Amino acid sequence: MARGAGGAVSDVVHGRLRALLGTGGVERDPAGVPRAIPDTAEALSLVCRLAHEEGWKIRIEGQGTWLPADAPADLAVSTRALDQVVSVSPADLVATVQAGTPLEEIRRRLADEGMWLALDPPGRPERSLGSIIATATAGPLRHGFGPVRDHVLGCTVATGDGRLVKAGGRVVKNVAGYDLTKLQVGGFGGFGIIAEAHLRLRALPRADVTLLARGARDALTSAARDVVAAELVPAALELLSPALAAEADWVLAARFVGTDAAVQGDVRRIASAGGLAWQPLAPERTAAFWSLVARGSQGGPITLRLGVLGDGVDDTVDLLAHDLDEGLIAAGAGSGVIRWTGDAPPDRLRAVRRAAAAREIPMTLERAPWAIRRAIGHFGAYREGIGQIVGRLRDTFDPGQCLQVALEAAGE
Amino acid sequence: MMGPALAEGLGRIVGPRWVRHRRAELKTFAMDGLPTRESFPGIVVLPGTAAEVREIVRLLHLADVPFVARGAGTGLSGGAVADPDAVLITLTRLNRILRVDRARRRAVVQPGVVNARLSEAVAPFGLHYVPDPSSQSACTVGGNVAENAGGPHCLKYGVTTNHIVQLQVVLPDGSVVELGSPHGEPWGPDLVGLFVGSEGMFGIVTEITVRLEPMPPAVRTMLADFPAVRAASEAVSAVIATGIVPAAMEMMDRACVAAVEASIYAAGYPTDAAAVLLVELDGQPDAVEAEAATVEAILRERGARSVRSASSAADRARLWQGRKKAFGAMGRIAPDLAVQDAVVPRSALPDIMDRIAEIRDRHGISISNVFHAGDGNLHPNISFDRRDPDVAHKVHVACREIMAACVAAGGSITGEHGVGSDKLDYMPWIFDAETLGAMRAVRRVFDPAERANPGKVVPIHACREWRAAPGAR
Repeated sequence: MARGAGGAVSDVVHGRLRALLGTGGVERDPAGVPRAIPDTAEALSLVCRLAHEEGWKIRIEGQGTWLPADAPADLAVSTRALDQVVSVSPADLVATVQAGTPLEEIRRRLADEGMWLALDPPGRPERSLGSIIATATAGPLRHGFGPVRDHVLGCTVATGDGRLVKAGGRVVKNVAGYDLTKLQVGGFGGFGIIAEAHLRLRALPRADVTLLARGARDALTSAARDVVAAELVPAALELLSPALAAEADWVLAARFVGTDAAVQGDVRRIASAGGLAWQPLAPERTAAFWSLVARGSQGGPITLRLGVLGDGVDDTVDLLAHDLDEGLIAAGAGSGVIRWTGDAPPDRLRAVRRAAAAREIPMTLERAPWAIRRAIGHFGAYREGIGQIVGRLRDTFDPGQCLQVALEAAGE
Repeated sequence: MMGPALAEGLGRIVGPRWVRHRRAELKTFAMDGLPTRESFPGIVVLPGTAAEVREIVRLLHLADVPFVARGAGTGLSGGAVADPDAVLITLTRLNRILRVDRARRRAVVQPGVVNARLSEAVAPFGLHYVPDPSSQSACTVGGNVAENAGGPHCLKYGVTTNHIVQLQVVLPDGSVVELGSPHGEPWGPDLVGLFVGSEGMFGIVTEITVRLEPMPPAVRTMLADFPAVRAASEAVSAVIATGIVPAAMEMMDRACVAAVEASIYAAGYPTDAAAVLLVELDGQPDAVEAEAATVEAILRERGARSVRSASSAADRARLWQGRKKAFGAMGRIAPDLAVQDAVVPRSALPDIMDRIAEIRDRHGISISNVFHAGDGNLHPNISFDRRDPDVAHKVHVACREIMAACVAAGGSITGEHGVGSDKLDYMPWIFDAETLGAMRAVRRVFDPAERANPGKVVPIHACREWRAAPGAR
């Protein structure tokens, strides 16, 4: 089918979607591409099935704040009407939330009940849950609470051919069947569109303290390693470039959450580890500071994620600074992830990925315009034998290749 | 297919002394920890290197023979038991710790390394491998990966899947792939996460890179006894609600305590208590101190008659002894012990314990409970004699009723033992035909001929058909 907006094709798609979802369930994006806005998982799967039967390409959208809504497609499918916090069980520390729900809305609902989702992803506060899960974009809290996969107990997904798969469950410990949820976390939608997820919660911490140290980058990374070696377990230990932190120097931010006694003890101990001059952030500035860090990733059109252990942070930042720029960089000093935001042409990104791979460092394209995504892929090339597995998994979950997701680099 | 020629071919790979095919030799491998399933494999082969595993799998691929990978055979769901038309590949000789990277807190091990041995080996560096199933002195890390094993300390630190970063896998066609990376950040989709817990049906791991964690600077173990199971269950939720995350929260009921105290593992638990709750806190000394005071107050408030507390390694070991040896102690009571495994939302614990007691009384059988209360992971254990068909039937029915009750409460049919063959029938209770079909389709991505551990986990009759993946796009 022909791509692009307007014309007879687009009218046919629009008409069929309207018949399926009603007038309120369809609109057109600014370019005229029909956009389906299903409000149930079943309706979402019906849209996918229709697209599969007709051979239409689908662009997946959430709240439209992370990946640009620019993949060429016959229709867009937005999860933004799947915006309900279905249930919160404080006694079980579990919530069920629809994928289009904005993170800030989830936070608010949970806080009302004394609960907390320990995820602080990059991007805007209205980012949808589905986008956070599909791109596996954890933020600084990854250091203390693990990557996105550790927070998702199960999910309901509409496959590219309109099947509804309900993976995992609502309990914190569960080994029944294969762990299909893991495929969806960080799958970028290549294995289906997430409709709903079961989340692991924590009690809202009583104490939440952030300390900052400023200085030269290598001094801070070395101090961060000392903090980890001293067996302090901050919730976040994040190295921030001057531009990201809006400061003159590099900043190392340590965040401690938990009971009052535990946090006070850790704050005392960090003073003697690493020999830095730590300054506590005023409580009323804490939320604003971490929000600034999260929004740093909006400072350019492209965001990259590199997997690095603590002792590789300096080298990898050097690599990024040399091949790209030292602009907006946030590095989990112990959590194994460096995030870079900026702008660069595909050739330069490919060169960085090659250089990183030579150091055994995986590089994931988290966010970029479609032309870049298509050119270099979220993952680029795989290691030997992996491409075939991933290809077959995609054929399983999207046999008609309806989902416009560029996991791999386009063939030259 | 299963004949002298195949045994000979396997013998050429591993040496004839590492191939077993006489009935008497196979007896050792006819069961795992599940007492109700016995099946003699066609041949047992014990490779000594990863290269031998590859050659064996390749040979079986060419001969179109199914196979089952096995570690120490301590699994509790029948997952490591093979049919007579299959070759059982036992990995216990692959027991080397290949590398320990102290600074990066990683170890690379072969699949046959015994769980507890890994922690012992890295203890001099102040590190340990966290997942600690009750069978840890015998079970292997490879088996832990296949089952996504848990253990008491998974409440705070997560189960096996949270501690595995990279896997070298021999696929069922004999090809080798590396999944994941030492950093924990995958190259592409999270295939390590998908593989862990696939119960030997996606391939055989030959190298495992695990995360190691530092030993906590301070540990406090508390043992509280309660006059009612309900009160103890409610105390568990009350502790969690404070935001304190104990390293472990384990419960034992009266029947379990009685069995322990009557055995050589007697730990001085009060035998008149309806329930005994073990709570372990770890972290920095001052934090542990403060949290212990809070927890103790909650336990007393919720009706604990006494709270014993220990900080030294020796005293803590004594409090733990009864818990760690509970299965051994219960094994003394009757010839067979069915160790069940189910999960409920924590808030459903008090009601589900009442329900299990009701099922026990109605069938007139003996059930003792020892379980991971903090994450709602139950282990009702039924002592019985399977030679009495009437009793064996009652046990079967009671297990089904307990599972049904847990599923009805919003739980799962297994928290850490796996589905294997034991729980195949229960899978449609928690997954619809479409989701089961997806599982089968994913299995076929790794194993198109379905020769790796056939017949386990996914009840094929209950799957909606998904087309087989045709190949890479």
